[in-house]
Amino acid sequence: MAEETKAPESRPERTGGDRPDRSGPRGPRPGGGPGGPREGGRKFFRRKKVCKFCVEKIEAVNYKDVRLLAQFVAESGKITPRRLTGVCTPHQRRLSRAIKQARNIALLPFAGRAQ
Amino acid sequence: MNRTYELMFIVRPDMVDEELTKLISTLESSVTSASGTTKSEVWGKRRLAYRVGKFNDGIFVLMLIEATGAAVHEVERRLRVTEPVIKFLTVRTDEELKRLDKIKKLRDSKKKASAQPAAAAPAPVTPATVEASAETPASAPVS
Repeated sequence: MAEETKAPESRPERTGGDRPDRSGPRGPRPGGGPGGPREGGRKFFRRKKVCKFCVEKIEAVNYKDVRLLAQFVAESGKITPRRLTGVCTPHQRRLSRAIKQARNIALLPFAGRAQ
Repeated sequence: MNRTYELMFIVRPDMVDEELTKLISTLESSVTSASGTTKSEVWGKRRLAYRVGKFNDGIFVLMLIEATGAAVHEVERRLRVTEPVIKFLTVRTDEELKRLDKIKKLRDSKKKASAQPAAAAPAPVTPATVEASAETPASAPVS
């Protein structure tokens, strides 16, 4: 039929929503947009996640406060990425440094859940 | 030029208290002989996140040292040699403390500037609210 030959021309983009000139939902967005598979795959900027450290004005992230650090570590022991936790870049850098220091001094595990 | 350090080390869990204090005082004396200051706190026995050597628990000790790099190097060397110490970590903290100090000073100066209800204050948001609250009691006995 004639429709089938015309259909692929009118639809250049399959994913991503209405705007075809965006880079698609895979770009690392700080707003926590439809990047991760847990988000539900909706439109952009569905949940505006705020950086916990900026809100509570925690400037120093110490490797010693395990309870704070453990919030940003997955069950497997891996550091959760910024796009899932909503942490801003400078705080994420300090946080990751503190987590690695805590791992070295056996306060956090390298892999597996903390017993 | 004294720098501040945080030295945390883990001692095997079956160590006696007095031996621990003896070890700490030895390390402290090696720092103070090189003209530095120390402060130590014993965190006590804690479960380790992974097996270190043959142990699953350990006694955590934290030392806050203000000394030269060479003195801390000497302390680290001693820790490496001491048999009951199973792990240690040294973190240099003076840059971090300097940065925190700067931020705190900035915040305090902003708060002070907004506390005076004078114009030409650098913080845009807070003086407005302070001025509004200062003006309303003055304008109350109108009617």
